[in-house]
Amino acid sequence: MAKLHVSTTINGEPQEFLCDAEQSMLDVLRGPLGLTGAKEGCGTGDCGACTITLNGRIVCSCLMLAAEAEGQEIGTIEGMAGEELHPLQQKFLESAALQCGICTPGVLMAAKALLEKNPDPTEHEVRFWLAGNLCRCTGYDKIIRAVMDTAADMRAAR
Amino acid sequence: MKPFTYERAGSPAEAAAAAARRPEAKFIAGGTNLLDLMKLQIETPAHLIDVNGLKLDTIEPTQEGGLRIGALVRNTDLAADERVRRDYGVLSRALLAGASGQLRNRATTAGNLLQRTRCPYFYDTNMACNKRRPGSGCSAIGGINRQHAVVGASEACIATHPSDMAVAMRVLDASIETVKPQGATRTISIAELHRLPGDTPNVETVLEAGELITAVTLPRPVGGSQQYRKVRDRASYAFALVSVAAIVQPDGSGRVALGGVAHKPWRLDAADAEMPRGAKAVAGKLFADAKPTEHNAFKLPLAERALASVLADARG
Repeated sequence: MAKLHVSTTINGEPQEFLCDAEQSMLDVLRGPLGLTGAKEGCGTGDCGACTITLNGRIVCSCLMLAAEAEGQEIGTIEGMAGEELHPLQQKFLESAALQCGICTPGVLMAAKALLEKNPDPTEHEVRFWLAGNLCRCTGYDKIIRAVMDTAADMRAAR
Repeated sequence: MKPFTYERAGSPAEAAAAAARRPEAKFIAGGTNLLDLMKLQIETPAHLIDVNGLKLDTIEPTQEGGLRIGALVRNTDLAADERVRRDYGVLSRALLAGASGQLRNRATTAGNLLQRTRCPYFYDTNMACNKRRPGSGCSAIGGINRQHAVVGASEACIATHPSDMAVAMRVLDASIETVKPQGATRTISIAELHRLPGDTPNVETVLEAGELITAVTLPRPVGGSQQYRKVRDRASYAFALVSVAAIVQPDGSGRVALGGVAHKPWRLDAADAEMPRGAKAVAGKLFADAKPTEHNAFKLPLAERALASVLADARG
C-alpha cells in the first residue's frame, strides 16, 4: 500500500515523514524519527509511558495514528530540556524519583503539563493528574513529592 | 494490526459520502478504544475515515435553553465547560471519574458513547464471545463474572457498558443527532441509542452501518443537586463496579441512572417515581428483574448503598 505523507511540527521544528496507515505516532517517533524517549509500555493507553503532547495537551502516542499528526504540533520528552534540564528533570534526578526509568519520560511530560496549567497543585491534584502514568518501581511517593517540590521551587523563582 | 486504508474527511457530508463508498469502513476520532481493539484484532476495519477534521468541536446553546455538544468535543473540554459545570454537574463529575488525563484529552463525546465493553472474555480472542464472534457462546456466563451485568442481560451476553459519561447523559435525557451515509439526519434519544444484548449482543446500538453521530444535545437544565458516585476496585483509573448518576430536587423527587450493572445505562421511570421514598425503594424498582450471577450479586446491595450515600449528600 502506498505510504502516507505527513507534515507536522515536532518540538517546534517542521517535520515531514512517510508512514503506513497502521503505524502509531509512537512507532514513527521511536523508529524513523529516532526519538526514543517515549516508551511503549502497554500499547493500549493504560500506562502513559508513551505520553507526548498533541497541540499542547498530553495524549498516549500509542493510541494515535501517525497519520493523525498531519498539521498538528507534537511535543516529546526530547524537547523538554533547553540549555539546562527542565526543573522537573533536575528535581527527579536529585530526589531519585525514578528507578528503572521506563515511566519517567511520560511522567515528566504529564507533570510539566500539570504545572503549566496549575503552578500550585495540591497533592490530591498531582495524584489525580498523574493517574494515567503507571510506575511499577517507586510506589509513587517520590514522584509526587518531586512534582510538589518542583512546583514550590518554580513559584519561588518567579 | 491488520492493514487498512485511511482517508480524512473534511465535513459531515464528506464523511457520510466516504461511508457510503466504503461500507466496511469505521470512523476514527479519538481512537482511544478503536485502536486498542484493532491492535488486538477484535476490530479489523479495512478502511478508516478520520473524522477529526469535521469541526464538530463546539458547545453551543440551543433555542430550547439547552446545550448542543459537537460530536468531537473532547471529554476534557466537556468536563471543564463552565455551562456544563454549572447546569449539568452530573455530566462533568462523570467525565472526570473516567479514564486518565491522557485519554480524556483525546476521547470524544460521540466516541465515549460508542465504547465497547471491557468484559475480559470479549478482550480475550481465545475465549468464546457472542459479541465478538456471534454464535460462539459466552465464556462470562459461568466464568469469572464479578464485573458483569446484573440486570437486562441475556443467555447470550452479560457484558456491561463501560462509559461513565453515558450514565450522566441518560439521567440528563440527552439526545443524539446523526447523519446517515445517504445524507439523511435523525435524532435518537439516549434511552434508545444502546440496545440490550438479547440474541444479538454484537449489535450494541441502533445506529446503522456508516451512520455518524454529529452532536449530543442536552435539554434545558433541570437544576437540583447533581451527583455522580462511582465505586470501583481502586480509587482512580478503573471501570465502575457500580456507578450512580442522580439528580435530586429539594422536594426529594428526582431521577437516577446506574452504570456498571447492565448492557446500557440503567434507568427506569418506575424507579425515578420512588425517589422521595429513598434508596431501598428506588433500588427495588431498578433491580426488580435482576438476575445476578454467582460472583456479582454484591452489586445489588452496593448500588443501593451508593444511592443512599448520594441521597444523603444531596440533602446536605
